[in-house]
This record gives sequence, C-alpha cells and structure tokens, in this order.
Amino acid sequence: MIFAIALILLVIGSVAFHFFSPWYLTPLASDWSTIDDTINITFWITGAVFVAVNLFMAWCVVKFRYKKNTRSHYQPENKKLELWLTGLTALGVAAMLAPGLYVWADFVNPPEDADILEVVGKQWQWSYRFPGDDGVLGTVDTRHTTAANPLGINPNDPNGQDDIIVATGDLHIPIDRPVKMLLRSQDVLHDFAVAEFRVKMDLVPGIVTYLWLTPTVLGTYDVLCEELCGIGHYKMRSQVVVDTQKGYSAWLKTHPTYAQTVAGTGPASNIGLSLVEKGRRLSQSSGCVACHSIDGSAGVGPTWLGLYGKTETLADGSTVVVDEAYLKESIVSPNVSIVQGYAPIMPPGNFTDEEIEALIAYTKEGVGSGS
Amino acid sequence: MAIVTHDADEYVAPAAIPEMELYHPKTWLGRYVFSQDAKVIAIQYACTAIAIGLVALVMSLLIRVQLGWPGAFDFIDPSAYIQLVTMHGMIMVVYLLTALFLGGFGNYLIPLMVGARDMVFPYLNMLSFWVYFIAVLVLVASFFVPGGSSGAGWTLYPPQAILPGTPGSDGGIILMLVSLALFIVGFTMGGLNYVVTVLQARTRGMTLMRMPLTIWGIFMATVLALLAFPALFVSAIMMLLDKIIGTSFFMPAIISMGEQLDYSGGSPILFQHLFWFFGHPEVYIVALPAFGIVSDLLSIHARKNIFGYRMMVWAIIIIGALSFIVWAHHMYVSGMNPYFGFFFATTTLIIAVPTAIKVYNWVLTLWRGNIRLNVPMLFAIGFIFTFVNGGLTGLFLGNVTIDLPLSDTMFVVAHFHMVMAVSPVLVVFGAIYHWYPKMTGRMLDDTLGKFHFWVTFLGTYAIYYPMHYLGFLGVPRRYYALEGTNFIPESAASLNEFISIAAIVVGAVQLVFIYNLFISYYRGKEAGDNPWEATTLEWQTADTPPQHGNFGEQLPLVYRWAYDYGVPGATQDYIPQNVPPSKASSGVDNAE
Amino acid sequence: MTTTLIFMAVLMIVVAWWLLRQTAGTEPWQESAMGAITGGHGGRSFIQVDRKLGLFVFLAVATSLFSLFISAYMMRMELGDWRPLKDPSLLWWNTGALVLSSVAMQWARNNNKHEQLSRLRYAVLLAGVFAVAFMFGQWQAWKQLNALGLFAYTNPAYAFFYLMTGLHALHLMGGLVVWCLAAVKLLRGVELSKVNLSIELCAVYWHFLLLIWIILFGLLLST
Repeated sequence: MIFAIALILLVIGSVAFHFFSPWYLTPLASDWSTIDDTINITFWITGAVFVAVNLFMAWCVVKFRYKKNTRSHYQPENKKLELWLTGLTALGVAAMLAPGLYVWADFVNPPEDADILEVVGKQWQWSYRFPGDDGVLGTVDTRHTTAANPLGINPNDPNGQDDIIVATGDLHIPIDRPVKMLLRSQDVLHDFAVAEFRVKMDLVPGIVTYLWLTPTVLGTYDVLCEELCGIGHYKMRSQVVVDTQKGYSAWLKTHPTYAQTVAGTGPASNIGLSLVEKGRRLSQSSGCVACHSIDGSAGVGPTWLGLYGKTETLADGSTVVVDEAYLKESIVSPNVSIVQGYAPIMPPGNFTDEEIEALIAYTKEGVGSGS
Repeated sequence: MAIVTHDADEYVAPAAIPEMELYHPKTWLGRYVFSQDAKVIAIQYACTAIAIGLVALVMSLLIRVQLGWPGAFDFIDPSAYIQLVTMHGMIMVVYLLTALFLGGFGNYLIPLMVGARDMVFPYLNMLSFWVYFIAVLVLVASFFVPGGSSGAGWTLYPPQAILPGTPGSDGGIILMLVSLALFIVGFTMGGLNYVVTVLQARTRGMTLMRMPLTIWGIFMATVLALLAFPALFVSAIMMLLDKIIGTSFFMPAIISMGEQLDYSGGSPILFQHLFWFFGHPEVYIVALPAFGIVSDLLSIHARKNIFGYRMMVWAIIIIGALSFIVWAHHMYVSGMNPYFGFFFATTTLIIAVPTAIKVYNWVLTLWRGNIRLNVPMLFAIGFIFTFVNGGLTGLFLGNVTIDLPLSDTMFVVAHFHMVMAVSPVLVVFGAIYHWYPKMTGRMLDDTLGKFHFWVTFLGTYAIYYPMHYLGFLGVPRRYYALEGTNFIPESAASLNEFISIAAIVVGAVQLVFIYNLFISYYRGKEAGDNPWEATTLEWQTADTPPQHGNFGEQLPLVYRWAYDYGVPGATQDYIPQNVPPSKASSGVDNAE
Repeated sequence: MTTTLIFMAVLMIVVAWWLLRQTAGTEPWQESAMGAITGGHGGRSFIQVDRKLGLFVFLAVATSLFSLFISAYMMRMELGDWRPLKDPSLLWWNTGALVLSSVAMQWARNNNKHEQLSRLRYAVLLAGVFAVAFMFGQWQAWKQLNALGLFAYTNPAYAFFYLMTGLHALHLMGGLVVWCLAAVKLLRGVELSKVNLSIELCAVYWHFLLLIWIILFGLLLST
C-alpha cells in the first residue's frame, strides 16, 4: 500500500513539477518555434505513457498484493493484447518522429538568401568573420595563422582582403534576417550554443560545419561552448547581440577588414592611445582575458586583479614577487615559473617589446590593485 | 483440479558421454586467488568492480559538491573537476557496470542457472579476471602519473584528449587507453566462456526456450560486447599511435596553444564513429542483463509467470541487433553529415518499440499476480519506474530535432543517469538481495534493506528528475562553474544545491548497504535452500552455498520452463524446473 | 562503416535464423513440451564441449576487429590528404608463403590417423616453417619501407599498412604458440588424440588468417 501511494505521489509530483516549477525552456529568440512544438508533442505523448504505465503499476501493487491462499492467474501470453500494445506504441513513436524529421529537414537546408558569417573557435575564445562587401569569405589555412593574422586568412586570396574580423568581443546580427553560421575550429572540438536560439553545432578542426537561424527578438544572449574543450571550457563564452539593421551596420563599421589589420590602420588601430588602453585592447584581442580574470574571480590562469606586487608561490615551492621582470618572463616563456595550482598550458606570447610593455602597464595600472 | 498431462516418456537415459574431470585446486592460492571456479571468480569480479565503483561514487559526490556549492573546496579546480567527471564516467560504465553484470553475475549465474558444473574454459576464465584486475590497476595508476588522469570526458574525444589544454594529456590518457585495451582482452576471454557455456553446457532438458530471461539477457549482452568492444580497441590503438608516434588518424592540422602541430588531414569525427559504434551497444551491454534479471525478480516475487516470454526473448534479440545501427544518434550535433540524422533518428525511435514491449510485459506480469513485496521486489518495481522515466526522455534525445537544444546539456546527464545508472543499479541491488541467500546461506537484513531501498529510490529520483529541467534551461554539462551567464536564473543554483544534498544522502546510505552485507554474513537469518520459493535451477542445488561443481553427484534434469508459478492443478504455487511432470501434481514434498 | 555493417548484418541474420529454428513454434509452457527432452538438443552437460565453437566465437570477434579497421581505412581514405601506398613486391612472396602454410595445415588435418604419423609430423613442421617465413617476409617489407623513408607518420596509408600488418602478425603469433605446443607434443610422441584437437583448431585458424590477409592485401593493392 505504501509503495502504491509512493508511486502515485511520484507521478503527481513529477507532473506538478513540470507545470509549476519555474524551470523550463528559456524564452525563444529565433524562429525555431518548430523545435519547441516538437518538444511539446513529445511531452504530451511521453507524459501520457508515463502516467498511464505507472498508475497501472500502482494499482496492480495494491490490487494483487500477496494473499496467503490465492494464486496468480496463469496466463503465459496474450497475443492480441501484445499486438495491440505494439501497434499503439508504433503509432505513438511515428507521431513523435514525423515532426522531428520534418523540422530537421528544415534545419539541414538553410535558405539560399541567408547572410553568411563565420564563427571561429580556439581554446578558449570565440572570433567571428564577416565576408565584407563582396559577400564571399576568403580561404583560410592553419599555416597562415600568426599573431597578426589570428584567423589564418590566406593573404593571397582577393576575396579575403575585405573580410571583416571580430577577433574578440560580442557578435552582432541583424534581426529578422536568416543567418547561416559557418563553424570552424583551430584546435580542438568546440560547440557554438545559444540557449535562446535552440540550435547548436560542433566546431570541428579540419572541416567547416554550419547552423542557421532567423533571430526574432532584440537582445543580448550568451554564447557558450558546449563541447568539452579542455580546462578553460567553462570560461569559453561570448555574447551575441540581436541588433536592428542600423545598429548592426554601425557596429560592423567599428571592426577592421583583414587588409586593414595587415596595414595597421582601420577603426581599431592603436595610434594615439595610452599605453594602458593599448594593453587593455591587446589583452582582449589576444585572448588573455579568456583565462585571466580582471575581477578577481578564479579562472584557468591567475587573476590579474591585485597581481602586481603580490607574492606568489610557485609550483616548486619557491616564492616570487610579481614585478615587471616576472610578468615579462611569464608572457614570453610562460611555462618556466608556474604559479602553484595552475597547469603549464599557456601559449608563449608572440609580442613586440612595446606590446609587452603595454600589457604590463595594463596589468599594473589598468586592472588595479584590488584593495 | 486438472491433472497436468505429459508425454509418456519421462525416463531420461543417462548422458552417453562421460563427465569431464572438474578442476581440483590443491593449494590455498589455487582455491581462493587463482581459482578456476566460476563462483569464486564471480565474487572476485564483483568485489573488484564494487571497490573501484565506490571510488567513482566518491568522485560523483565531489562533482556534486562543486556544482552545488561552487568553489567550496580548493582542491577541486577546473582541471580536477573534468578529471573527476572523466574518471567517474569511465569507471562506472566500463569497470563497474560491465564487469559486474557480465563478470560478476554472469560468472555466478550462468553455470548455476543452465545446470552446468562450471564454465567450459575455467583456465581462461581465471585469466580473464586477472587481466581485468591488471586493467583496473593500470587505470588507478593513471591517477598518480605527472599531470594526473585524463580529463577528456569519458568519450575521450580527440584532438583534445591528447593535447596540452586538457589535463592528463600525456601519461593519463596513455594509461587510460592501455587499461581499456587490457580490459577488452580480459573481457574477450570471459565472453568466450559465457557464450560457449550457454550454447553447449546446458544440462539435459534445458532448451534455449526454457532458459530464464536472466541468462538470455546476459548471453545477448555478451554477444554485443564481443562484437562491439573491438571498436573501442581499434579507436584506442589508433589514438595511442596518434599520441605516441605522431600518425594522423584522428588529427587534422591544428594550432594548439599558438603552436603549429605536425598533424594533418585526420578526422576527429572518424574517432567518434568508432567510439559510438562501441558506445551505443555498451548501453545495452549494461541494460540487457538488467532487463533479464528484473524479469526473473518480478516473476518470482509476483508468483506469476513472466508475461509473454517469447516476446521478451525476441525483444532482447531485436534490441541487441538494432543497437548496432543507432550509434550516430550520439553525434547529431557533432558536425557529421547532417543527412545521417534522418536515418539514425528513425532507427533510434524504432528501438523504442521492443523496449516498450518489455516494459508492458513487466507490468502485465504484476497484473493478476500474487505480489510479495520482498526487498528484491521493491527494487524491481523501482526499476520499472525509473526505467520508464529514463526511456521516455530517450525519445526526446533520439529525435534529432529535439536533440538540437538539449544535447550537451544537463538533460543528457539526467537522461543517461536515469536509464543507465539508476535503473541498472537498482537491479544490481535487487539482484544482490535476491541471490545473497544463495551465495552465503543467510538472508540480508530486511529492515535495513527496506531503508536502503526507500532512500536510494526516492533520493535518486530527486537527483535526476529535476536535473532534466536544468537541461531545458540550457545549463551545459561538464561545466565547472556557471557564473556570468545571463539566461540561467538564480534559482537554478538552489536547485543544484538541492540535487547535491540528495546526492550526498543517497551516497551516504550506501554505507548502510555495505554494513548490511557484512553484518548479515555473520548474523543474518538462515536462508535455507530456496527462501523465495523460486523455480530456477540455482535454488535447487544440494548445498547452500553451492559447492564446487554446483549440483553434487547428479546434474539436474530439466522438465519445464523457468516460470511455472500458479500453474492450475499443481500442488504448490511453483514447480521447480527439475520436477518431473508426474511429481508436480501428486506432490512429493508439498508443504502447502 | 559499411564493411562493418555488412559483417554485422550477415552475423545477425545467421544468429536470427539459428534462433528462429530453435525457437519458432515452441511454446515453452506447453504441457506437451514438458516431459520431452528434445531430440535436437542432446542435453549435454559439462562434458566434451566442442572446443571448436570457442574458436569460432573468437573468429567472430577477430572478424569484427578487422572489419572495423577496414571501415576506418575506407573512411580515412576519403579525406583529402590520402596518398596511395607503394606496395612492396615482397608482399606477393609473403602471400605465397602463407598460402603454402595453410595448405600444409590442411594436409596435416587430413592425415590425423595413427598410421599417417610421419606424414602428419612433416606437414605440421612445414606449416610452421612457412608461417615463420611469412612473418619474416612481413618484417622485411617493413624494413624496406623504412629504408625508403616511409614511416607510419608519413601518410595515413602507411600508418594503416603498419597497423594492419602488425595486428595480423600478432594474431598469427598467437596461433604459432598453439602450433609450438602441438609440434613439441608430436615430436615427443604423445598420444595422437591429444594433439588432434590442436591441429584441427590450428588449421581452421590458419585458413581464417589467410582469408583475412588476402582481404587486407587486396585492399592495400587496390587503393
């Protein structure tokens, strides 16, 4: 009896939790409402089966509980009943599968007129690339990848010269325009996921994958990496802003084309900036902040807040005072003196002396002492 | 009362071929350590698996502590966290569940239930355990190498598994792969035994269709494992070569940490295909023995024949066969050719039909039964509840469209824990409560057992049911911390805290179970030969616990299937398989 | 994965057909089925197990392994950087040695009566000699490729070549262990009945490995 009551309460509790708990799908911000519909259909069918099977079982547990002088009903099988159940199940499965396949067909065939943009992942930051005026993305190769050409754009491809590069920071996309995102990784597997858009896809080194959507609600949404990609996986974040057409165009203009980055001109050029501001920009465009927080929170690498002047214990037990010399060593050959508790995984920074100076100035004065 | 009629010929001529000499141990080492008796090997397997499983259980609690109270412990840093996640998953799936169901229950139950004296290749059987044992040691060794154990996730996806941004990408991953290769070699030795024993060493009268479903489940799971583990072996060897001598099977051109590597042209997706070609059948390698065992528990404790036995057998076989053509449903968003999605979604949802039939037949076995709510029965019914839940959420993830928002979120974690962790583990507990009396001659304590059941059952449901809804929110899996996300409400943190508390309670209660195992061995109630009044052969042995050779002088002769409960006209409500038709109704020992 | 799937499909069809034959039409609970000890099943107990079945199950596992390698090979082949293999011509000679070894094994298997003992010894020794010759030849082929600067990491085709020939040789080595034990027993003059099973098993295994080699060799040649 207790068992039956427990089963019934669990069923009621589960259903109630579904309807009354505050946790469910995040509000949709793209036109993939068909995905939500498929989920709802599946919920109704599976929910009905869940309730029916478990309530029947609870009833059985009460009704047919042990009585001393009775025996069970001897019935090895019941072909008719089994056939009916099989048929009904097949029908239910078909009712869930059909809409699923229908929507999937939609997903694998992006509209011809969709805007193109490229998402590039690397441990542990996101970069974006727009095709520029010619509407064509230039070819890429890992061999071309350098600090000055972080996305590995082929310098000899004319299509690539006007590609607009968003090395770091937010991504803006215009509202109500279908957009096809081409996904590419430079090192390991990543996954581009925005909960409000519903769709996601892995980034695989060596190939280009894609997803598409039409954003329908203005706003700022979190981009998460959802394929385990190493220690900094949980820190691999970005934001996507669904913008008005006007805002989007304005935003796009603040980013340099490939040709401009090569020439050192363009909207993001450093000319005339303070050393600290140069350092700040550099720390973002080079991805330092993916691992080193500037607000004191824990990360893959030590935080920069209050770093300068602090006494750090190294992996071998010795201590060191963080001064300019130590910072420089840590940027140029980061794996020589590792702070205790951190893994030796930071890539050596390929910077000019002036850039290193800017970075140190930013760490020292820009981030602050933390007190 | 009707009289059970039967063929006139009840006399069975003695077997024409003489018995083979059984292995006789001469030393203490030969009897208890390098024993060739399947029952001893079973217990060795089970103890090793449970020991390493407890390590993985503690890991899961540490994971939960980090998720419930981020940053509470300094030693759980981002890299330790994914190492815990990786090792917890790998140990639980391969080294605990596979080894326990096949090496543990398989070794103990197959010879006893089919009426054999032992496994057919006892020496190989002994080797099988020791190779498994070494595999476990190698795995444990990986905790202690520089860099620690691998943190690549239990799926060990390249490229990250062997690149420096992942913890344990040197010694850790190499030892992990070597350990897996050893496990597969050891398992193959055992698996040969299980298959050949079921096919050839059944006692007289034990036709295939008279075998208990436990044996069917273990048999089919072994066949799956023998065919599927080579895929893991192949991928492990190829990844080792990529790591050690620099081939490019799975490795494309990569810039890792700002450095151009020597790899080029390989495909990480090729690895995923190979891995899941093993990985999906692996789910059924764990599930099928559980299906089989739970069928027998339900039938015995409901005092009713299993409903639709033939359907049950065919469902096991069809599920086994289909499990080889659904693997890519783990890869819908992996970047493989998206058109594969249509095929794999269809096959995946088709597999729901035979699985559903099994569920119906379990429930219909209860229907019009005479249900004794013994502790094993509580676990069996608990299994149906959690399995229905986990199976139905599988229909979400198997449907390619719904997988888009849900894959790689906590929904996946909740689903596979419900279906592959909670459900089989409930069966493992039920099976231990059920067969412990045969293994030791004493009953496990009933009150402790009921307490263990209720906390485990309700606790695990409290852990995993709400977790699905974190997945709906979009909370990703394998995340060390969620700070700084805007779309996840504050309240999700309290839900995580609640789940962690439930997990700690459930984890702690397992100590009660272990205490019960020890205390009952000394103080438990005497069980007698057949405490549950079951029909299958292991309850009809001359001694409890059974001696080496299982059945004394004479092997049992089998006259009927394993499910003669409540047969009209019989003197008792159950007729053991070795009772000849003439005695079933006239009643030689009818203590009704 | 096509190769593997074809293998699995064939295997599943065989299993299903066999089970159907065993189970179709039986109603295990039926009274008529109760008393009878079925004729089809001898009710064998732990006695005289047909060890060949154990070998056949192992062969199924090995087939699964090699078919997965072949699947992986074909999938890797489709990627852009594949360069066809330069097959060492030595492989033809090796194949010949393996064929001869298999023939000798079959000969041994056919001459398992007591009066044919000398022929049997001769055949078993010959089979082993040819098998060792094959292994030696494979080793030489590896060395030739190495001398040309073609290592496993040079190109995936070579990686697969080393991997698959190595794995095949490893299987043959396992067979040679059993062969060794049998040959020693034969030379010592042990009771024939104690050796016959080993020779029988070796012969089946040898044919299996020959078949696998021919398939692998064909694959290497054609791509």
